[in-house]
Amino acid sequence: MTATTLKGGRRTLAKAGLIAGLTLGGLFAGLPVLWMLSTSFKPNGEVFANPPKLISENFSFDAYTAILGNGAQLRFFLNSYIVAIAVTILTLLVAVLASYAFSRFTFPFSKTINAVIVSVQAVPPITLVIPYFGLVVALGLYNTYPGLILTHMVFTLPYAIIMMTAYFNTLPKELDESVKVDGGNSWTALWRILVPISVPGLIAVGVYTFMISWNEYLFALALTRTDDMRTVPIGIQLLMGQHSYEWNQMMAMSILGSVPVLVLFLIFQRRFIGGLTSGAVKA
Amino acid sequence: MTSLTVEKPPPAEPEAPTRTKNTLAKRLVPWGYLSPTVVLIVLLMVVPIVMVISYSFRDNVIVQENSVFAGFANYTEVLTDPDFLAALKNTFIFITVSMVAHLLLGLGFAMMLNSGMLGGVTKAIFRVVYVLPWLFTIAVIAVIWRLLLDPSGVVNYVLQTLGVISDGVNWLGDPGSALWVVTFVNIWSGYPFFMISLLAGLQGIPGELYEAASVDGANPWQKFWNVTIPQLRPVIISMAVLDLIWTSQQFALIWMMTGGGPLNSTEMLSTFTYKLAFSEYEFATASASAVIVLLLTMILAFFYVRQQRER
Repeated sequence: MTATTLKGGRRTLAKAGLIAGLTLGGLFAGLPVLWMLSTSFKPNGEVFANPPKLISENFSFDAYTAILGNGAQLRFFLNSYIVAIAVTILTLLVAVLASYAFSRFTFPFSKTINAVIVSVQAVPPITLVIPYFGLVVALGLYNTYPGLILTHMVFTLPYAIIMMTAYFNTLPKELDESVKVDGGNSWTALWRILVPISVPGLIAVGVYTFMISWNEYLFALALTRTDDMRTVPIGIQLLMGQHSYEWNQMMAMSILGSVPVLVLFLIFQRRFIGGLTSGAVKA
Repeated sequence: MTSLTVEKPPPAEPEAPTRTKNTLAKRLVPWGYLSPTVVLIVLLMVVPIVMVISYSFRDNVIVQENSVFAGFANYTEVLTDPDFLAALKNTFIFITVSMVAHLLLGLGFAMMLNSGMLGGVTKAIFRVVYVLPWLFTIAVIAVIWRLLLDPSGVVNYVLQTLGVISDGVNWLGDPGSALWVVTFVNIWSGYPFFMISLLAGLQGIPGELYEAASVDGANPWQKFWNVTIPQLRPVIISMAVLDLIWTSQQFALIWMMTGGGPLNSTEMLSTFTYKLAFSEYEFATASASAVIVLLLTMILAFFYVRQQRER
């Protein structure tokens, strides 16, 4: 046996081990999701069938049509879309302005303000939810969209500013300063030059913002009261409390509720992960 | 850093002519851009924190009109509450176990995905599968695992078939297992963020470092300890602190899986505080508990910010 075949043999063994490890990890990560998908297509009576089957003979879309045909459930989706889209637009707007200030101007306390913004991320939501309740009631925003939109921004804004500032910093200053040479001010430089070329960065930040708002649970639970103001995560919980555990409908609702985030992630995967990791690690 | 600034002086030239006229107006420009952020931070952060601290020293807040000063009474009440102490202990176990497992799983998966032995397509598929748990909202994750862990669910079926257990276990209903089960689910849902960051970190390690180690006769194990780990150290520390902060804030998962039960066995600081406020309407005591949680998190955040500054 020569040295090369020995080495080749070890290499094959290592590769086999790697594939085995990856598959095991893939089962750990993927099986629960697969089971959710499979359950959503079963009649409720077969959810706990023994032995369990991945694909039932009575495969059906009934759970989905039940959810999609129910006005109360659709309302959860509408609410989530309204809140998450509004939060995304407002966050991007405010963050672009702030990031422009951080990236292109030197001014007193800029470091301090930046540190405050970074530390907002560490403030526990449970600490904020009690005064928010008092505040939102006092402002007449309890159980309203503006109440949810406003409070969600405490989480979305810091990250958006940090990521957007990092993005603007990568763009050469000569780009927007050329506008000033032609007599324009910083406002026109921002909107005519910087924002248009920052679309990739804005998308990454926007996707992340949308995800945070779409998934937010605590404020949505504490700051709304009536079912017509509830968002998808609370809707899933409400479904769990109602009638005798319609597991197939709960899984269908969970999948429908995850679609926006899954689609956004699959489309923007590369850009998103890149932006996110650089923001998290280098912030 | 100082040597860098000496080499590259700030571009003072274009600013010089304009500085003489309307300096005040010019100085206010960045504040104009920052004003919406400042207003929001004050409204959503500064005011609420002042409010919650003031609530914590009073009684009859929010629900009644006339609140009265109570001194540290709310704090003594919370700190001597056995349920609070149980929540503190549970939170500690939950955070520590989750963090260690997140790191080990994240690093293991990242290293497998970073291996040079795989084709691009295989890697891309596995990467998406591995990221999956992270893409679902916590409410969905709670519901999936309640289905899987049901006494007549598929987890019990598989374990019984394999002979690991003889009878079906009520995983979430048994005070002995509930905390470990919710911790496991939190591990499942949270490792991908570590994995993604560590994968980015691994890809940033220069190949020359490994080549140099090979020349020195290092085996794979030595390369891992002497090249990979030192290079990933900053990422690992950042992620660990972030994870500590996030895990300590976990509310939705516990709330939807067990509600803190059975018998307080999964009560966390967050669920304890929430119940005081929104189930028992003890907003003042809840505020004291919330301030304690804030103080604990601030200690963690302090280390995070300091560590970020050092880099």
